[in-house]
Amino acid sequence: MTSSTPFRPSRRGFLSSTGMTLLVASIAGARAAEHSGALPWKPFAALPPQPLPGGRWYVFTPDEVRMVEAIVDRLIPADDLSIGGKEAGCATFIDRQLAGSYGSSERLYTQGPFLPGLPTQGYQGAEAPVARYRAGLAALAQHVRSQFAGKAFADLAPADQDKVLGDFDAGKVAYPAAAGFFNLLLQNTMEGFFADPIYGGNKDMAGWKLLGFPGARYDYRDYVTAHNQPFPLPPLSIAGRPEWKVGSK
Amino acid sequence: MVRKLPRKDVVIVGLGWTGAILAHELTDAGLDVVAIERGPWRDTATDFNVAYAPDELRYAIRKDLFLQPAQEAMTMRNTISQTALPMRDYGSFLPGTGVGGAGTHWNGHTWRFFPSDFVLKTHLTERYGASRIADLTVQDWGVSYDELENAFDRFEYLAGISGKAGNLNGKIEAGGNPFEGPRSREYPLPPMQMTYAPTLFAEAARSIGLHPFPTPSANLSKAYVNPLGIAMGQCTFCGFCERFGCANYSKSSAHTTILPVLMRKSNFEARTECEVLKVDLASDGKTAKGVTYVDVTGELCEQPADIVLLNAYGLHNVRLMLLSKIGTPYDPATGTGTVGRNYAYQTNASTQVFFEGKNFNPFIAAGALGQTVDDYNGDAFDHAALDFVGGAGINCIPTNGRPIAYRPTPPGTPRWGSAWKKAAKENYGNTLTFSSQGSSYAARGNYLDLDPTYKDRFGRPLLRVTFDFPDNDIRMSNWVSDRMQQIATALGGKQAVVGRTRKGWNSVPYQSTHNTGGAIMGTDPNTSAVNRHLQSWDVPNVFVVGASAFPQNAGKNPTGPVGALAFWAADAIRNHYLKNPGKLVQA
Repeated sequence: MTSSTPFRPSRRGFLSSTGMTLLVASIAGARAAEHSGALPWKPFAALPPQPLPGGRWYVFTPDEVRMVEAIVDRLIPADDLSIGGKEAGCATFIDRQLAGSYGSSERLYTQGPFLPGLPTQGYQGAEAPVARYRAGLAALAQHVRSQFAGKAFADLAPADQDKVLGDFDAGKVAYPAAAGFFNLLLQNTMEGFFADPIYGGNKDMAGWKLLGFPGARYDYRDYVTAHNQPFPLPPLSIAGRPEWKVGSK
Repeated sequence: MVRKLPRKDVVIVGLGWTGAILAHELTDAGLDVVAIERGPWRDTATDFNVAYAPDELRYAIRKDLFLQPAQEAMTMRNTISQTALPMRDYGSFLPGTGVGGAGTHWNGHTWRFFPSDFVLKTHLTERYGASRIADLTVQDWGVSYDELENAFDRFEYLAGISGKAGNLNGKIEAGGNPFEGPRSREYPLPPMQMTYAPTLFAEAARSIGLHPFPTPSANLSKAYVNPLGIAMGQCTFCGFCERFGCANYSKSSAHTTILPVLMRKSNFEARTECEVLKVDLASDGKTAKGVTYVDVTGELCEQPADIVLLNAYGLHNVRLMLLSKIGTPYDPATGTGTVGRNYAYQTNASTQVFFEGKNFNPFIAAGALGQTVDDYNGDAFDHAALDFVGGAGINCIPTNGRPIAYRPTPPGTPRWGSAWKKAAKENYGNTLTFSSQGSSYAARGNYLDLDPTYKDRFGRPLLRVTFDFPDNDIRMSNWVSDRMQQIATALGGKQAVVGRTRKGWNSVPYQSTHNTGGAIMGTDPNTSAVNRHLQSWDVPNVFVVGASAFPQNAGKNPTGPVGALAFWAADAIRNHYLKNPGKLVQA
């Protein structure tokens, strides 16, 4: 779905992951919240999710879009169980995530020095996800061109695409600029397939239907003791269900 | 330029569970109290809104409610010989921030530790001999279970815990935990209704002679009005509990059990988005004058107070002590010093049993809804013929079916492609998961100090965590994994995969936000940072309350004992310290 929610500065500053980059400076002037005498209450204090409007790409170039859509469609292929990653919007989801605080690692610890770490110490690179995508996709494109006579990934046969991705997954393709990139891509693709559709993926809750996850429901009291019975209700997004929209059938 | 503020009787650092309990108790005693919280104000209707609370991406994956590493990170290494590097994203544990603290987004397992846990060194030495614990640095707490019983009881009634007593005044009760210490009365609410997986787990455990019981839960089984007059609602089993605020007023936290009353008191004030930089000491180094903090506009403020209470997350309590030069930093080379000593964690392993033709409906869940087996926890069983001490609770508490993170597949399944998709679909509703939550016993090389290289946004050194699972705990956990295998076999299913804990604590995958120690309580100022009343041995008008006080960790979630310690410290301040300010225990 697309959202008409306008961007609003947040009193939560960098403490929130939702939506675009939000700055602490926007609340300067309002001295630290000092609360006494009653529970504080202010109108519009809530911070609902602020997904980016659709209809455009925010981070990926046209070539990158083509490539990422081809990749997510092999990671989650269309088959008799569900639509594929491309139709589900996984590339759109990743693009919008990269456009927000996630893409810039704004909420993470990004001070140096940057030293090679042990596996138990986690990711120690200086690059945020946007840069990791840029470098990783470029390396993948270069690898495919050299192996398949100048072709682009999206133009390969599905079996060749799977071979390339399998080699990357297995670490058989050395490209130091994008270490760990395949895991990042796989994680983000799965996020796109299974996150609430308001974030641009999981079209028509296809990922949830695949598993039987009922989505954003909040009360299962009638079903707790219905042991070993199939759950009867369809999934529900934060934005409701498609047929609830005005003008739907 | 520092803005000097009017004096308060008490300044509290951190407004989570312990800060709210102490604020409530001390304002009742007539004191003028200010709580300083570095995170935002949060409340149910605004921040845990039912219309958008069930958002896995935002809250569970992007971790919206948690402390962000940009605000404060920590460095980690497994051994002293390694160079610690920053955890650039939190993974293995997820500290909280904001009003309510980690109590906002906890699951709600609410335990009492066993009586033997509080006298662990004495108990193990008497039963198995001193040589059995020679490679560990376990200690006694300096306070007994019997002394804490009333404090446990008050916390459980404040929070409306749902459970079944296993030991009422020494009499073993059917249906409860037969290994627990005696309770003076029943839980305030009965156990929650059981979902399918824990029901099967309990049947299997019982069939091989074990004693399963409903996990004591802060997800409420019924509507409840607590002793402060605050009403809560029945849990609706939404499956968005840990990592989420509860939109339903049915998970106990400072918001749902204390703040509506506390905020109406004229002698209480909360300041949010204000980060305490240090406790200010007088020139003698033995008296705290108050705290210095940065407010949301970036202005430096001095808040003088007669009593300073450190009620931040345990790890942050320790860092504030080190930054403020309260007490002597622990030195692992000599084993001397107290602040940073006896850092411990939790030793966990999980088991998956894959079935066919089941409908476990994993999304019908709550954070603390399940069954526990305590037969192999702590010293509930005889270790005489074994090569370790400690133990683990075995818990079948399926907390959620959120699909970004929860997609169980058998080993050997590809991670992507059509074969992956088929396996994900087949196993989503067909998998029963249970796990062991093991004790973590202190060892000389596991400790907390200040990192020599990495700084926070104010230029202060980050906390450095040096930790690996002690060999004793690895042996314990693997022995308990063998017991999990027995339960898995009794459950049947087509395949069981039993997890094994290995050396090399990894900071990346989530394991547990049960970090303990570093400012431990005890009876000897040479081996503990605070006395049995949580009072700093070195700066007696500072009290440090939290899991930082645990001398080692048990195979149970820490919030129950943390809540009890908050009441215990409040009693010490109200009944003893206020009448005669100074050291409550002479060394």
